[in-house]
Amino acid sequence: MTNKILSEQDKTSDRVMLLQGDEAVVEGGLVAGASFFAGYPITPASEIAEGFAQKLPAQGGKFIQMEDEIASMGCVIGASLAGEKAITATSGPGFSLKQENLGLGIMVEAPCVVVNVQRVGPSTGLPTSPSQGDVMQARWGTHGDHPIIALSPSTVKETIELTIKSFNMAEKYRIPVILLLDEIVGHMREKVRVPAPAEVELITRKRPAAEDRDNFYPYLETADHIPPMPDYGEGFRYHSTGLFHDKTGFPRGKTEDAKKLMDRLMAKIEENLQDIIIIEDELQGDEEIIVLSYGSTARSAISAVRQARELGIKAGWVKLKTVWPFAESYVAEISNKVEKIIVPELNRGQLIGEVKKAAAGNAEVSGINKYDGTIIPPDEILTRIKEVSK
Amino acid sequence: MVEDIDRYLREDKLPHIWCPGCGHGTVMASILRGFARSGIDQDKTVVISGIGCSGRASGYLDFDTLHVTHGRAITFATGVKMANPDLTVIVITGDGDGAAIGGNHLIHACRRNIDLKVILFNNNIYGMTAGQFSPMTPTGATATTAPYGNIDQNFNLCELAKSAGATFVARGAAQQPRQLIRIFKKGFAHQGLTFVEAITQCPVNYGRRNNLGGARDMLNWQKEHIINHRKYQDLPPEEKEDKLPAGILYQVEKEEYTEKYQQIITAAQESDDQ
Amino acid sequence: MRKEIRLSGAGGQGMILAGIILAEASLFDPELYVVQTQSYGPESRGGASRAEVIFSNEPIDYPKVVKADILVCLTEESLEKYGEEVTDEGVVIADDSFGGGYYHPERANFYSLPIITTAREEIGLEVTANMVALGVVDSFLPEIDSSCLERAIERRVPQGTEEKNLAAFQAGQELLANVIE
Repeated sequence: MTNKILSEQDKTSDRVMLLQGDEAVVEGGLVAGASFFAGYPITPASEIAEGFAQKLPAQGGKFIQMEDEIASMGCVIGASLAGEKAITATSGPGFSLKQENLGLGIMVEAPCVVVNVQRVGPSTGLPTSPSQGDVMQARWGTHGDHPIIALSPSTVKETIELTIKSFNMAEKYRIPVILLLDEIVGHMREKVRVPAPAEVELITRKRPAAEDRDNFYPYLETADHIPPMPDYGEGFRYHSTGLFHDKTGFPRGKTEDAKKLMDRLMAKIEENLQDIIIIEDELQGDEEIIVLSYGSTARSAISAVRQARELGIKAGWVKLKTVWPFAESYVAEISNKVEKIIVPELNRGQLIGEVKKAAAGNAEVSGINKYDGTIIPPDEILTRIKEVSK
Repeated sequence: MVEDIDRYLREDKLPHIWCPGCGHGTVMASILRGFARSGIDQDKTVVISGIGCSGRASGYLDFDTLHVTHGRAITFATGVKMANPDLTVIVITGDGDGAAIGGNHLIHACRRNIDLKVILFNNNIYGMTAGQFSPMTPTGATATTAPYGNIDQNFNLCELAKSAGATFVARGAAQQPRQLIRIFKKGFAHQGLTFVEAITQCPVNYGRRNNLGGARDMLNWQKEHIINHRKYQDLPPEEKEDKLPAGILYQVEKEEYTEKYQQIITAAQESDDQ
Repeated sequence: MRKEIRLSGAGGQGMILAGIILAEASLFDPELYVVQTQSYGPESRGGASRAEVIFSNEPIDYPKVVKADILVCLTEESLEKYGEEVTDEGVVIADDSFGGGYYHPERANFYSLPIITTAREEIGLEVTANMVALGVVDSFLPEIDSSCLERAIERRVPQGTEEKNLAAFQAGQELLANVIE
């Protein structure tokens, strides 16, 4: 096979690298145009901070290590309002601290990316072991009703893709996007090709024209619900606040403003589910059993389903790359076609609640759960497939 | 010299919500007069505030303004300044916002010597929420959460900022707006972490509860106790005890954080080119 | 083809770096897929440490070793822990510092070799034991060209140590050649 071996030159120009998931966040982020990182060290996400610290300055970008995770989140939102494509990365304990300013980011509609490389919790938990225990926290961690987007990759390649998507969605919908890795994906290395920026679609926030300065409403209700956003220092002199506000950005203390703003924030996401929800599946149409999963667990699911198929069991797999908003209508639809849905998760059963809600009793939903820092191997899923196929 | 400060106000947002007798309006006007004298571009200035009475200031000021979470204004300001060092970034905070919940951010911003203009309105109390004690409520005073008297000690905020690395440290009081204006003018011209403690009175939720009289009495107290730092230096120790020095207490020239980072960028880009 | 390799030892023995180098060697073969994972304790030195590498000619789903085709153990503890998780034809390579052949003497592919001793005495650096081990593994990996492994070593070891590490790798290759003779 020697003749197939690439020269060093070819390999480098081909942008093929052996990357950890954490490193892939850095590479994907740079492709997406990330220009600002603020963070605080934490296992198993520190490699992301280290990567950005190393690579941003050469591209004119900025890195800052803050005094804590609260500060990191505030810093990222400040940078975003000043015009940067901003990102921060953490793990469970730090993700808890980020929730306060995450809510502010949603309220002032500051595009940014928040990476959470999940480890076992609560509290210090198991710092170096994988988990999918922050799935509900990603949805509901900050207080109050609010929209959120959360994407979850299962491979290093997907980590690059979904990091780019995270930036694109953040910019497009003016919202913080959560990228949920788990320790397996964060620390595993795979051979991947990093695309050049020219090869991928890159989205940048809508900005107002300079002549709009005089009659500018920073939180104007537009047809797409996404108001154009100027950078600080461009003379728009506008106000943003965590208080409920009207189109001017100022609070009036009126209840109708609260409802109107909340409805608009939600509509940005709810009217764009087609664009935001990314699902991958391998279905032949005859499925009786479906294994629905996300993140690193999906890899075991795929392995198990393929083995089941070889045994003649009518099984299929579904991988949710977008965890939030939840793929409710998709799951509702498949629940009418199959008998059983298996949901393996590295937690006590979090996303399964959404699956059950969407399936509404049309299919029997059962979970396979691990929450001790070990992962679910394919044979455990295969065993369950065999059991429920009887 | 009378400055036109109306151009820096969002007049449609006035009158402000601060109580009669409150010193915040005086401090805010002093900031604007100092700003007017500094010659800084209004369009290149961002004002960021947190939660509490001081936090409301950002809404009245006609700049790019951001009203954030409790205690965190400095963190957002750090992001803005890092992102665009050409902007003048002013943080308006209070003694609860800046010295309690946001105390750690204050310390670390000073440590970095990043060019933020941190103005702390110290009214010795959580005024907006009706009188809970703050880190700056004097020991022995009463508050709704210290009904038997406050047993906590206070910070000396200016000493704290200085020892943490701030390169411009000043104290003024609502009773002395002319001094405040001078402080702000010089502070805005300084390159590096600029910390100004502006002592202001809260007659409604601090003064009344502690039998300090009305606004006039509280201003008189300021006049007697917050004295020019040169005069303060010459006082015998026993007279210093209940007094605080005012004026620019400390100023040094030291390399500023975003300038240092720019050097990192330049070096990284040069080594990338090679 | 799915080939599973597990490298195990104590923290500080460089098993994870060896795993990364093994995986990196795949970069030079456009048709090879690879996944490398690891597990380690909180301490930088001591404790248990293992790296896993899976090669395949198709995309890899499950990223962990189920049953190793090649197992390397630099400590007795790791041999006890992973010794059973090996395929029937699997190769077990253990350092000879812990009593050699007591483990499954009937296993045809068990090699008790002076990996650490070679690093210490031939190369003069005990920390190169991981590269000696890689040299041994190389002989059981026809899927990966030795030159690719050497290039991966050059790319991943600390600057200035390339020569020593390559020498250790070659010493590992010879170590096995001597035994097989």
